[in-house]
Amino acid sequence: MTNEAFETPNLLLALPEIWLLAMACVVLVVDLFSNDRDHGPAFWLTQVTLLGGIIITVSTQWGVDATTFSGTYVADSLGALLKIGILVLAFLGFAYSRDYMRDRGILKGEYYMLGLFAVLGMMVTVSAGNLLSLYLGVELMSLSLYALVAIDRDSSRASEAAMKYFVLGALASGMLLYGMSMLYGVTGTLDLGEITAAAAELDDRRFLFLFGLVFMMVGVAFKFGAVPFHMWVPDVYHGAPTPVTLMIATASKVAAVGLFLRLIGEGLLPLLESWQHMVVLLAVLSLLIGNTVALVQTNIKRMLAYSTFNHVGFILMGFVAGTPEGYAASVFYALTYAFTVAATFGVVLLLARKGFEADHITDLKGLNDRSPLFAFVVLILMISLTGIPGTVGFYAKWMVLKSVVEAGFVWLAVLAVIGAVVGAFYYLRLVRYCYFDKAEGEGPQPTGSGGFQAVLAANGLLVLVAGIFPGTLVAVCLAAFL
Amino acid sequence: MENLLLIIVLAPLAGAIIAGFFGGTIGRAGAHWVTSLSVALSCLLSFHVLLGLISGDRQPFDGTVYNWMVAGGIQFQVGFLVDRLTAMMMVVVTFVSLMVHIYTIGYMADEEHNWPKDSLAGVNAYQRFFSYIALFTFAMLMLVMSNNFLQLFFAWEAVGLVSYLLIGFWMNRPTAVFANLKAFLVNRVGDFGFLLGIGVVLLFYGSLNYSEVFATAAANPDLTMSIFGGAEWQVATVAGILLFIGAMGKSAQVPLHVWLPDSMEGPTPISALIHAATMVTAGIFMVARMSPIYELSAVALSFILVIGAITALFMGLVGLVQNDIKRVVAYSTLSQLGYMVVALGVSAYAAGVYHLMTHAFFKALLFLGAGSVIIAMHHKQDMREMGGLKKYMPVTYWTMLIGTLALIGFPAFSGYFSKDGIILAVAESQRAGATFAYLCVLAGVFVTALYSFRLLFLVFHGEGRMDRHTREHLHESPLVVTIPLILLAIPSVLIGLVTVMPMVLGDWFGDAIFVSQANDVLAAVAAKYDSAWGLVAHGFVSLPLYLAAAGFLTAWYLYVIRPDLPDQLRQRFALAYTILEKKYWFDELHLNVFAGIGRALGRFFWKVTDVGLIDGLLVNGTARTIGRVAAGLRRVQTGFLFHYAFVMIIGLLVMLTWFVFGAR
Amino acid sequence: MIELSDYLVLGAILFALGMAGIFLNRKNAIVLLMSIELILLAVNFNFIGFSTFMGDLAGQVFVFFILTVAAAESAIGLAIMVTLFRNRGTINVGDLDSMKG
Repeated sequence: MTNEAFETPNLLLALPEIWLLAMACVVLVVDLFSNDRDHGPAFWLTQVTLLGGIIITVSTQWGVDATTFSGTYVADSLGALLKIGILVLAFLGFAYSRDYMRDRGILKGEYYMLGLFAVLGMMVTVSAGNLLSLYLGVELMSLSLYALVAIDRDSSRASEAAMKYFVLGALASGMLLYGMSMLYGVTGTLDLGEITAAAAELDDRRFLFLFGLVFMMVGVAFKFGAVPFHMWVPDVYHGAPTPVTLMIATASKVAAVGLFLRLIGEGLLPLLESWQHMVVLLAVLSLLIGNTVALVQTNIKRMLAYSTFNHVGFILMGFVAGTPEGYAASVFYALTYAFTVAATFGVVLLLARKGFEADHITDLKGLNDRSPLFAFVVLILMISLTGIPGTVGFYAKWMVLKSVVEAGFVWLAVLAVIGAVVGAFYYLRLVRYCYFDKAEGEGPQPTGSGGFQAVLAANGLLVLVAGIFPGTLVAVCLAAFL
Repeated sequence: MENLLLIIVLAPLAGAIIAGFFGGTIGRAGAHWVTSLSVALSCLLSFHVLLGLISGDRQPFDGTVYNWMVAGGIQFQVGFLVDRLTAMMMVVVTFVSLMVHIYTIGYMADEEHNWPKDSLAGVNAYQRFFSYIALFTFAMLMLVMSNNFLQLFFAWEAVGLVSYLLIGFWMNRPTAVFANLKAFLVNRVGDFGFLLGIGVVLLFYGSLNYSEVFATAAANPDLTMSIFGGAEWQVATVAGILLFIGAMGKSAQVPLHVWLPDSMEGPTPISALIHAATMVTAGIFMVARMSPIYELSAVALSFILVIGAITALFMGLVGLVQNDIKRVVAYSTLSQLGYMVVALGVSAYAAGVYHLMTHAFFKALLFLGAGSVIIAMHHKQDMREMGGLKKYMPVTYWTMLIGTLALIGFPAFSGYFSKDGIILAVAESQRAGATFAYLCVLAGVFVTALYSFRLLFLVFHGEGRMDRHTREHLHESPLVVTIPLILLAIPSVLIGLVTVMPMVLGDWFGDAIFVSQANDVLAAVAAKYDSAWGLVAHGFVSLPLYLAAAGFLTAWYLYVIRPDLPDQLRQRFALAYTILEKKYWFDELHLNVFAGIGRALGRFFWKVTDVGLIDGLLVNGTARTIGRVAAGLRRVQTGFLFHYAFVMIIGLLVMLTWFVFGAR
Repeated sequence: MIELSDYLVLGAILFALGMAGIFLNRKNAIVLLMSIELILLAVNFNFIGFSTFMGDLAGQVFVFFILTVAAAESAIGLAIMVTLFRNRGTINVGDLDSMKG
């Protein structure tokens, strides 16, 4: 290493992360000195931080293509799009969770702080231009999420889930790191751009490279929850407090898409044929396992966990082609799926009350009699998750299938369609409960503040609107890759 | 312009959403105010656009508003094409819709009586009704303003959907549900042809955008396709006929007309709006809009001409023997739609569309008048129980008389110009089938006058035949009902005189309607007359007026002078009466033959293929297998941390072996 | 002379030991933390080996970061273990099966 003159990095390019970091510290201090038992200042500051983060990201990073911090940080449209998705999803998560956390006595300042740091980790991940920043982003996200899962200290289930998540997550991080060390050894650099260039002219060290690639793929697949690295997902979804499950199921999936695209999708694009079949294998297993086991689940959170594998299979299928259109399809799928699932968890949170989780599928019975609006929201969400034409879920599936067929994997597309048909069974079962069954006894009533209900209704109806007018979002996703 | 058009379209949609989703909150008054005002806004802006186009301040607009999606290089877009044809339709749709909104406030006032106690369906039915008609206005505007086939199809289906919802509005009545189903099924047949037609257009003209399709069609007039074996068909003929089959369903042409009389099961306001003035004319509008395609194919136009002529005469005849006041008007609508289609068939698109416009006003007037009578009669619709209503309901009587005069084509009334324009155009035409059509439309004039005055005499003249209780409560309808009648009567009288010269005999539509030189029968007609009054003067010396007069005199003799005569005639001409009474057995044909074959096939496939093969073997078998597999896989999820880690490591090892060591 | 491959083999052995420790151990959860630490150290070995033999300092910088993160990871792991012990009175890995299926 030569003695280069110290260059001040262009801080402006990384403004979203800097804003979030600064505000997370502000939230920490403000909460320390506030006497509000509901932690109102922390809540409102957090939401302002997230909304401000969206504005800053749009204004400083959309349409830009630059690096800073010696190439460890990339500011571009793809990162901006994923960050906006993450920030919006985190906003929804916090908006839905206040009553739930208060009822269980776990509404603490740390909840917002850890949440903000998890979001910061995700943002760093999707903007990483270097293995080091990638790793740090992933770890910041993961460590915050481990702690969030265990935030209900008195729940035996939550601590068990946290334990499983932590050990398996650490194992996966180890594998990811091991793969990175191999990649470093083969290419001699940590910079993703230089790795891409070096990967194009790899010859005699191919074996070592493939060896590392498998390890990295495992690490990434774990973050997605792709089969067979999925075992943690049902237990963590089930055991964690529902708002934390929401965060893991939505924002961290979007971050995983960013992780894949930075590390493998773009970083190792010249070696497409080496990893293409690995992704196909993961996608096939995910589609098979997810759809079958989801059929026999009776807990909504576990059902959503298994059905996640189905959607993860679709997201991975978009990567198979290795084309900008395929990547755009995956990003579109991940964003719309996360947005839909956020509302689904929102409904579960809406029906939950003190000492009652409302996470059994029969808790939805007769929802239409109690709240026609939210029964309608459930209807929209479920037909969208099923992928019935005219919904946003349909366009997402359709875009992915199109890219897979163009890449020559027709059989994979057929398998995915069959999977989607099976998926219709367990999704539409919830709709049947809402509309055609009577509740046993009273049935859980919708609770929660007016703001919560309004945001949730807007979330559900936006899914509907996005299904009627998908063009704009599709164009944005495509633009992020061009 | 774009924003203006968006407001016109979206205002009724917003009204529909507010009335539909928040009907319980805003209450009945809120619902009718919000929908009426939103439609009034659209109506005003539509007038503004039309006047702008006429004065030349505005240019026709053709552009995309929203890019819906792109698939395989084909753009799916939401776009507007607004020229004079569209603007005229927008004004007709929003104006009639506004009248119907106001009228409905009176008609639906005692809505609670129509629902059984404690029925869930009756909750907010009033608000739901307003939501539906506002939604219909939105869909109809999307239909007429579309600039591409895809949007046309969606709007086509959307107006159909609202129509079904409204026909079955009183869902606790079995007849309404049956009529609803019938309308749905018959329209499916038409829509199938329509969709095929769009497919042909897309396949051979390579676009869904009107202007691009028309340009391609004009550039390749002799493009052919082969359907069965070697026979080559002109693409314009195939596309034209298929699209027209769609129009036959929507615009109720023989033999797909059977749903329209039954649709009278719906509330009267929607009979006026949807089943007389707007939706049923969608087919007419569509053919006029597609004139550049139809002009290429004499075969398709002849097909249209014959279908229209049959509808015009024979449906009018059925109207003679109906006793339900709304059904008489419904058959009259069928007959008039036939006239419009005949005009299209001889390339007199302007005359057809013009008749569409005048008909919208006077037929809406007649329907609303009939509704007013029905309100007074406590929702009884049988004309045999009416009579002598003139002295109780003067406003309704005089407005309906105006509507009737317009309908039969009394000189100087609006219907005279539009109908006479069609008859003159048919007389000039050299197209195959034109002679047959000419005879049909001439005979139709007599029939129209006969059934129209039969209705008028039976309802308003002679002795009252209703029971005492009803008679005691007879009174004129409230202002919300009569004001729309009066407002509709004005254009029914005047609009023809003012507009006939430019619209029918002039070049008012400009580029919106394309007629090739050789087919331009209206130009031939225009050469003979130089002013509207010239047309009127001609009316007094030509055949149609005397035929109409004969119809009037016959009706007067049969139903006022000798009321006993119709019964004798009925017995004397039993066969003819039965044929008309049974409506040529079209219903039986559809129910027993087509539907019968369909049901038999369906039963076969259900028993053998579905129950045996698919259900037994595939679905249940698969479901069982998946259930077992799921239960097995579930056991893998033991809950133990070390098992989870083990699965991960096995996965890692498998991938290592397969992709690293296997790759070498 | 110690070759690069020797470092790599040692790293691989350590890594394999760490993985084995996670799925073979069915008793004390503390051993899991030790195994995770072992895995991270194996990675450090790799990085330092490559770094030294390629004469590129970046790998060793990475190792510092990994060490720091490993410390944080252990802290969180121990904290989770404390709550687990508070709730159940045991940190036996074989008892953690209240959620399954």
